[in-house]
Amino acid sequence: MATQTEFVPGQHDTEAVTAHVLWMTIGLSCEGDSVAMTSATNPSLEDIITQAIPGMPKVVIHNQVIAYEVGDEFIQAWFDAEEGKLDPFVLVIEGSVPNENISGEGYFTGFGVKPDGQPITLNEWIDRLAPKAAAVVAVGTCATYGGIPAMKNNPTGAMGVPDYLGWDWKSSAGLPVVCIPGCPAQPDNMTETLLYLALHLAGLAPVPELDEALRPKWLFGRTVHESCNRAAFYEHGDFATEYGSDHRCLVKLGCKGPVVKCNVPVRGWVNGLGGCPNVGGICMACTMPGFPDKYMPFMDESRNAKASTTLAKFTYGPLLRWGRNRSIKNNYDKEPEWRHNRSELTTGYQKNW
Amino acid sequence: MATVETPRPDQNVMVKEMSWDPITRIVGSLGIHTEIDFTNSKVNKCYSTSMVFRGFDIFMKGIDPRDAHFITSRICGICGDNHATCSCLNQNMAYGVKPPPLGDLAFNLAESADYMFDHAIFNDCMANVDFCEQMVKETNPSLLEKAETTPSPGGDIHGYKTIADIMRALNPFTGEFYLETLHVARYTREMYCLFGGRHTHPSTILPGGCSADITHQTCTDYYVRLMRYIDYVKRTVPMHDDLYDFFLQELPGYDMVGFRETNLVNWGSFDDPDYVDYDYKTMTDWGRARYITPGVAINGELITTDLVEINLMIRIMLGSSYFDDWTDSTTPLVTKDPLGNPVDPRHPWNKRTLPKPQKRDYADKYSWVVSPRMYDKRTDTEVCCDTGGGPFARQWCTAKAGLVDFGYVKATGHSIQMVLPRTASAPEMEIEWHVPEKSNAIERDRARTYHQAYSALIGLHCLERALKEVRAGRTKSWNDFTVPDTAVSVGFHEAARGVLSHHMVIQDGKIENYQPYPPTPWNASPRDTNGTPGPYEDAVQNTPIFEENGPENFKGIDIMRAVRSFDPCLPCGVHMYDAKGRVKKVMHTPTGLA
Repeated sequence: MATQTEFVPGQHDTEAVTAHVLWMTIGLSCEGDSVAMTSATNPSLEDIITQAIPGMPKVVIHNQVIAYEVGDEFIQAWFDAEEGKLDPFVLVIEGSVPNENISGEGYFTGFGVKPDGQPITLNEWIDRLAPKAAAVVAVGTCATYGGIPAMKNNPTGAMGVPDYLGWDWKSSAGLPVVCIPGCPAQPDNMTETLLYLALHLAGLAPVPELDEALRPKWLFGRTVHESCNRAAFYEHGDFATEYGSDHRCLVKLGCKGPVVKCNVPVRGWVNGLGGCPNVGGICMACTMPGFPDKYMPFMDESRNAKASTTLAKFTYGPLLRWGRNRSIKNNYDKEPEWRHNRSELTTGYQKNW
Repeated sequence: MATVETPRPDQNVMVKEMSWDPITRIVGSLGIHTEIDFTNSKVNKCYSTSMVFRGFDIFMKGIDPRDAHFITSRICGICGDNHATCSCLNQNMAYGVKPPPLGDLAFNLAESADYMFDHAIFNDCMANVDFCEQMVKETNPSLLEKAETTPSPGGDIHGYKTIADIMRALNPFTGEFYLETLHVARYTREMYCLFGGRHTHPSTILPGGCSADITHQTCTDYYVRLMRYIDYVKRTVPMHDDLYDFFLQELPGYDMVGFRETNLVNWGSFDDPDYVDYDYKTMTDWGRARYITPGVAINGELITTDLVEINLMIRIMLGSSYFDDWTDSTTPLVTKDPLGNPVDPRHPWNKRTLPKPQKRDYADKYSWVVSPRMYDKRTDTEVCCDTGGGPFARQWCTAKAGLVDFGYVKATGHSIQMVLPRTASAPEMEIEWHVPEKSNAIERDRARTYHQAYSALIGLHCLERALKEVRAGRTKSWNDFTVPDTAVSVGFHEAARGVLSHHMVIQDGKIENYQPYPPTPWNASPRDTNGTPGPYEDAVQNTPIFEENGPENFKGIDIMRAVRSFDPCLPCGVHMYDAKGRVKKVMHTPTGLA
């Protein structure tokens, strides 16, 4: 028998690699990212676990929401990673990192216990594992930039993973913290990035290109507004005046889409369905480093938006709308005159019969 | 509760301290710490602990009340939409706004889809992994042998010939039914997104109504998925019945696993737009018109279905949690409710959060979870009630109250009758859930599967009503409002796994106090000021051990089933130490004390 064909270079070797994903859900979070991950379809959780893409390494995901094991049997992987028994591994952090410097003899969040019975804090786990991880991925806005638990007046001093490790931090494989913001992160954005990293670690994909806020550029390169199906209403200076049945642009009702980097209007939420302004909900800027404080109150129009919407509404907007509607009505909504059932051909073709 | 510490003199008693931390296949950080008597196959003591503290009510003080649903949604990654919904019901009361009928129906359609999703994924991708072939082989091999030769009574309907075939179908990531459910859990979330925008933190659920663009297309997309789900439920319910009945039959006494007194709370959910006006003063009436009837059961008796009375019974107790008592240092914000009834200083409207991180000490403070209790004035006691994981309490109260009858579902006083319409692969089917004698792990799990049907039928009924609105051109789904300078309000809802309340006090147009009480504090609470253990603790302490493994290879499966039957959701955890355990004491004869 001939050996099996290789569809990607070194496929047999790369598929023999086992990469572990240690997904810690014990940051200050709601675990919404893990829950959202189970709804991903491109790729799905099963696609990753069953090595659906040629060349991808075998991926073992250790995540508390889906794990078969319980308690210490589950935690063992973390101790194994610390001892170098799981190589390579990707450390995924979900939830913000509290400032345990201020929690005295207590703790804000922990996972597993030390020999003295006291919890091992998330911060200690990051200190133990980050230096050994091939990549550190922060999923969800809590882990990337602090998010809701890091709101003004919060009692825990919460922060994002790059705030904790340092924005210049690099993994053993030379990667900065990879940030997948979103509250929760869009499901496919998470699984796709994990797949990308698995392929990268197998030598099949280049270093992921990240922007200044450590987001993958191909996912977060455009604003919500730049992808929104309601954006043209803005151009027309035509704005929704109430939530719900009014399908026009939502900026005057509080949508923050013009100043938010996120791909949800094009990717939808589950399997392409749902989203935010594209289905009627205001964008509340949940992917952004300035979320939530800089965008509150969410249901009010921001000062900058007021100036810009006023400009669109009272200058070029109505002109564009009038001109376009007029040309639709007078021209494009009408068929060319040669489509008819009369006993003559008027299409311009010179018939020979 | 059962706390047995002193062995009889004629016995050698092997007692081990074991903990499971974290409890997986739930959402959140939960640890369960136990003391197990292997000689008598029972759990002596249990402590439930949560590892995470964030302080929502602290950083919400002073913000615009209209931000409350966006912020509180982030309390939980699986019940986030339940929080957003509850917050909007609460805000509707504070602002005095009633959404148009399509707005109320959109809330119901979104939330019923959430229940359909949540109960499906929790049943068959999380809790029932404890009943799968792989697990039963590791914990009770002789039971698996028996399952191989036991035919499934409902095999003709669900397609699995033996009980062991059902167990195999539930094996994680290989079992056919497990994999199908992962898929079901996606299209039900698509249904949610049609009205809620995103799951689990919605973008279109607002005070005043729903901002989704609701058209014929929205309804069609929902309809086809819903009928697919009803088709799935027709196989799911009899399959689970067969599996759970097998355990009860083959392991006599299994009805004591996770057993508690029937002390239940359920706030009811799904408002009927014809009745609800969101006014506190009429809450008794519109509460009783809900598609799931609110109720409180104490010692197996339904004592009220009145949301006003229920509201006034709630007490927040501390005890074993890492907080200082607020009643020592603050004066109550609310002394009378809008009807003039007196409000207790320990009521959520008056709760203040004073965190104090400290070492974990099971003899003193060991959890970030507080202890909500129901004050029973008849006996002057604070009763520790649970949510039965949601469906158990909802169906128990609804069945007993006998108020619900919307065609597809009828509450009879002792049962709930449901009619599932014809679907692509199956004819019309009738099912009936009977109020069980005991509140235990199996019955909580069973109630959840019947609730999959119940939720789908609420969805179907509300979809038909929504279609009427859309077809008549009544597509308005939101009404405007203004935020008052001062208000006292409450939202009562049900998260998939049980009671959810949001209490708010507005002063100077800003939030002065916002107290969300999800199901977790009710179920996962530690011992309270009176020393009364929380429901997980209580249920585990009542649990006999059926696992065939001895202390050396003990997996604690019966304890896991007891805990998971509550559908824990703690963006909090249960702790068992290492699998081998730590021998705490091996007593031969009691020393001195008789």
